[in-house]
Amino acid sequence: MSEAAVRSTAQGAGTGIDPDLMKKVDAVIEQYRGNRGALIPVLHEVQEIIGYLPRFVQSKIAEALGVSEAEVYGVVTFYSLFTMKPAGRHKIGVCLGTACYVKGAAALLEAVKQAAGVENDDVSADGRFSVEVTRCIGACGLAPVLTIDEDVYSRVSPESVSEILEKYE
Amino acid sequence: MDTVKLTIDGKQIEVERGTTILEAARLVGANVPTLCYHPVLGGGGACRVCVCEVEGARNLVASCVCPVNDGMVVWTNSKAVREARRTVVELMIASHPQDCLTCDRSDTCELRRLASRLNVREGRFTREKKASPKDTSSPSVVRDPSKCILCGRCVEVCSSVQGVGAIGLANRGIETVVAPAFGDDLADTKCVACGQCTAVCPVGALIVKDDTDAVLDALSDENKHVVVQVAPAVRAALGEEFGLPAGTDVTAEMVGALKQLGFDAVFDTQLSADLTIMEEGNEFIERLKSGERLPLITSCSPGWINYMENFHPDLVDNVSSCKSPQQMMGAVIKTYYAKKAGVDPSKIVSVSIMPCTAKKFEAKRPEMNSSGYRDVDYVLTTRELASMLRQVGIDLKSVQSSDFDSPLGESTGAGEIFGVTGGVMEAALRSVYFALTNKPLENLELHPVRGFDGIREAEIDVAGQKVRVAVAHGLSNAEELLRRIESGEKEYHFVEIMACPGGCIAGGGQPFSQDPDIKSKRASVLYAGDRAKKQRMSHDNPAVKKLYGEFLETPGSEIAHKLLHTTYCQGEKCSEKASANIKEAS
Ligand code: SF4
Ligand code: SF4
Ligand code: FES
Repeated sequence: MSEAAVRSTAQGAGTGIDPDLMKKVDAVIEQYRGNRGALIPVLHEVQEIIGYLPRFVQSKIAEALGVSEAEVYGVVTFYSLFTMKPAGRHKIGVCLGTACYVKGAAALLEAVKQAAGVENDDVSADGRFSVEVTRCIGACGLAPVLTIDEDVYSRVSPESVSEILEKYE
Repeated sequence: MDTVKLTIDGKQIEVERGTTILEAARLVGANVPTLCYHPVLGGGGACRVCVCEVEGARNLVASCVCPVNDGMVVWTNSKAVREARRTVVELMIASHPQDCLTCDRSDTCELRRLASRLNVREGRFTREKKASPKDTSSPSVVRDPSKCILCGRCVEVCSSVQGVGAIGLANRGIETVVAPAFGDDLADTKCVACGQCTAVCPVGALIVKDDTDAVLDALSDENKHVVVQVAPAVRAALGEEFGLPAGTDVTAEMVGALKQLGFDAVFDTQLSADLTIMEEGNEFIERLKSGERLPLITSCSPGWINYMENFHPDLVDNVSSCKSPQQMMGAVIKTYYAKKAGVDPSKIVSVSIMPCTAKKFEAKRPEMNSSGYRDVDYVLTTRELASMLRQVGIDLKSVQSSDFDSPLGESTGAGEIFGVTGGVMEAALRSVYFALTNKPLENLELHPVRGFDGIREAEIDVAGQKVRVAVAHGLSNAEELLRRIESGEKEYHFVEIMACPGGCIAGGGQPFSQDPDIKSKRASVLYAGDRAKKQRMSHDNPAVKKLYGEFLETPGSEIAHKLLHTTYCQGEKCSEKASANIKEAS
């Protein structure tokens, strides 16, 4: 393993970030070293690679660009585009819009969390799923609606959730 | 000059292009209220308290950031303007805690004053704001985010003036807060404890940690021998707290007030400033001769020391090993003085009055106990001293004057100018020159190192050798000076760095002021004090000579090293280690 990879594995340890991806992240950050004005593009590129912006990555970016951690954190928390939460391999969305809610989306959300093994709207321990609550996706006729990645499931009952999830590895 | 003609409140005026409406309005005598805008820091554009009406413009404009235009017609006090300002303040108050009676900033709060000025008499709105807990992790600064009005001044001072960036704006909308990155405690950031943020916060959201109760309790304890030392900059500013004009020297009244408070002895940190020059001068001469570890960098500003440890640990060998004058005095009090006065050092409570909040941090460093006891037990800022005097009912204006006590009360003019940027350098050069040439400098006043330019330099011929020195104040200026040194662009023998812009006279614990000339006014007290002193070179201080003769032997002796010098923290985990220690100690 190259020195950089060893370093990044060590720094990414326990974060579940793939060492190869971490190498790419390091390369992006290095490319902008000392460039204070590049904060938003760097954050964007890094998030494209690993899906989120964990604390240790923000610290790395701050150090490399020469800005304070407070500034990086400020930008990350200001734009809704950025997230500090990891995403699972599959993103489950549960619509809590009015129509879905009326048709029992709250119970559906509970069932999804249980089946996916996710606490609050985080990622499951095995990294397989993350769950997020979405606003109305405009499929009210099909309520309640569940999305997984690009797939849309309509009129989902809480009992059918486990079966649906099985299709996603 | 490129100028612009406009009309403000019916008055014609011609001003330089680029002037803001606010500045132009003040020229015609219109006193437009402001809140986020700060006359020294600038900034603005966040609160909209300063709105004015511009004919033809769709909305009211924020006058503190809006530049004038040719032919503009401005109204600073129309009905629409008054209503808008009042609404802005009402909205701020709606989510502000209503504990003005017991707030640290009760008497000095800019928001409270503004509400009173605009005659805001009832809150039309109420808005629940998420309760945010106080952050008391730092020994110097307390954050109370629930009081923050998001003016942005602290962020500006911390990131631009000090180059630290310990706090910043986070989140958005109603969730917006000023906080350290990741919502951490202040003690876990690279905060250098300079307190500059507390000096500019208009409300009670950033305040200095209050230690007055502990000191008053010690004063009422008959079993304690309570001594106090006072830094030079305090006497140059304390009068402002009691309504005296800025630039009034209140040394004698201040000492009198401290005696009336009941301190058993009142000592002068200016004496230990002289002592610092003896030790640091000696260190400098050694390094100058050997050519090693140059430039020597001063160590009397604890905010700078924190900055060095957090951001430039590689410079640790260049920084003088001298403790700050506060800590030197502390160590001497619990050894030399204790013995002379026949007091058990364990019974001594050592208090210091400082313009500085980082000195609170410094006093808590675990290694500051070379006397076998804490060198300094409590540090109060100038503002806290004023508060303590008010608590007891002492008015500085009517107090009986007094002199510092022996054996640690005598000082030279060199010790006095320690309190202003450039002063430590000037004091050191006076004695170093004498030590190397056996005669005093022709002109003791070294004007090239005086003044308030961010970075100043000078070259002095000492016995045929050209000694190059530089001075920086405010940490972003210090950062630039260090960059020049580290890149090899500049070479110096001796460098003075003070964390606060202006030096101790404008420390984070000094009285609040928005006077753009405040630094020169306070500095003039110290420079006048220097001129009036019998001795103006540290090595001439009779009390210091006696101290060496009876106790410390010579500068750099073993005992001097043990009591007056220190070591710094090095390496990656430096700041974390330091803050962990501090947390444990406090
Ligand atoms: S004390 Fe100084 S370094 Fe710390 S947050 Fe305030 S301004 Fe920044
Ligand atoms: S903490 Fe004080 S200075 Fe900082 S933004 Fe809030 S009100 Fe302004
Ligand atoms: S004072 Fe002008 S916007 Fe705050």
